[in-house]
Amino acid sequence: MDKKTYSAMVKELSPSSPIFMDIVKAFFGGGAICLFGEILRNFYIMRGIDSKSALTWVAITLILIAQLFTGLGIYDKAAKHLGAGANVPITGFANAVVSPAMEYHTEGLILGLGAKLFTIAGPVIVYGTAASVLAGLLYYFKEVLMK
Amino acid sequence: MSNRMGKQTVVFKNPPHIFAAAAVGGNEEGKGPLAKYFDKIFTDAYLGEASWEHAESKLQFHAVNMLLEKSGVPASNIDMMFGGDLINQCTSSYFAARDLALPLYGIYGACSTMGEGMQLAAMAVAGGFAKKTVAVTSSHFCSSEKQFRFPLEYGGQRPPTAQWTVTASGAVLITDGECIDTECPKITHITTGKIIDMGITDANNMGAAMAPAAADTLKAHFSDTGFKPSDYDLIVTGDLGMLGKELLKRLLLEYNIDIAPYYDDCGCMIYDIDRQDKHCGASGCGCSASVFGGYLFHLMQTRKIKKLLFMPTGALMSPLSCQQGDSISGIAHALRIEVN
Repeated sequence: MDKKTYSAMVKELSPSSPIFMDIVKAFFGGGAICLFGEILRNFYIMRGIDSKSALTWVAITLILIAQLFTGLGIYDKAAKHLGAGANVPITGFANAVVSPAMEYHTEGLILGLGAKLFTIAGPVIVYGTAASVLAGLLYYFKEVLMK
Repeated sequence: MSNRMGKQTVVFKNPPHIFAAAAVGGNEEGKGPLAKYFDKIFTDAYLGEASWEHAESKLQFHAVNMLLEKSGVPASNIDMMFGGDLINQCTSSYFAARDLALPLYGIYGACSTMGEGMQLAAMAVAGGFAKKTVAVTSSHFCSSEKQFRFPLEYGGQRPPTAQWTVTASGAVLITDGECIDTECPKITHITTGKIIDMGITDANNMGAAMAPAAADTLKAHFSDTGFKPSDYDLIVTGDLGMLGKELLKRLLLEYNIDIAPYYDDCGCMIYDIDRQDKHCGASGCGCSASVFGGYLFHLMQTRKIKKLLFMPTGALMSPLSCQQGDSISGIAHALRIEVN
């Protein structure tokens, strides 16, 4: 049997992901996290914090909760069901940083925790920064030079 | 007088005996259908150690200790041990052998290592180079996740083809003939596997990567020895999982070999796959080793099965090779084990 025929056979027999349910769960899971963030924002504004600072406080609170839930071993269990709904919000980023910190502390603070802290989040930071530079350049050309 | 039969098979004129076997497992294995066949279940994933790697080493240490205890053979009578695992540079096996103070050959064949170890141990005994040898392998879910995938607490999703690395270790004592009371199971034939690569690159689909190698070794075994699938009470592969199991059956049908009535896979036996949510089943060096050391050896001792083809399967890759786009090769080593 050649590789192509085998690959087709593997594809035919492989169970596929329940895409529809995955999307529904991600939508409501991610939505719930964002709704909670909105509730927090209103709460902070009610407590007299200005709307811009309130957003920072929301981010801080969500990251803190995600870190705590990662440490307690709850976040990965929730993310197993929520998928992108748990990975895309800022809480997913917190989980992606804290989980390697927990995993690699056995290799020491420098070469373990320090070096491996961004193994998952690193690419997001690198390409996120690169993309923002690109966006900034495009904005510069459009707003400054084209006028 | 040649001990060889066909291209890939060795036949033993004086078959080495499997004197004893032992298996230890972790929490998930203790919740599975084979729980009662384990000699010991550790509910603490760390086994009292400070790291996952040390925990795995401890598993192997306990498996060999349990084996020696059950067989009544003192450690000083073991001539050599063949040990392997999945962790970088086989440290789990080396640390375990250091603590056991046994002469060791550290080996690597991914999840086929138990097959490799038992074959080498059997040949060492049959060749007169050792009287008593031990073959042992281990795997630990947490140390494997750390090395091959993501940190444990990372909120990722596993695709449905993924398999679950078992936390377990299995050990067997292979000797040149003396047995406790009843006659021991004997290793009569071994078939060495070739590395087969069908171009699978998905590290979350090990079953598909290994099934062609399993098919190749089985085909070679049947053609070298003249045995048929019906000459076996049970044909067991290592850790092909649900998907790999189906693929193997289909691949062999292409050669008009139907193993289905006699066939099962350790990766599909150790967990209640749906209830324990294990996707395509189990994998890992410790999978076939602990299923053999516990359940299968028990079946042979109680004569529920008398002719077993035991074939651990391995997926040959590293995180680095996968990242560089290399495909995942497979290997499978088969042993015919008989009891009167």
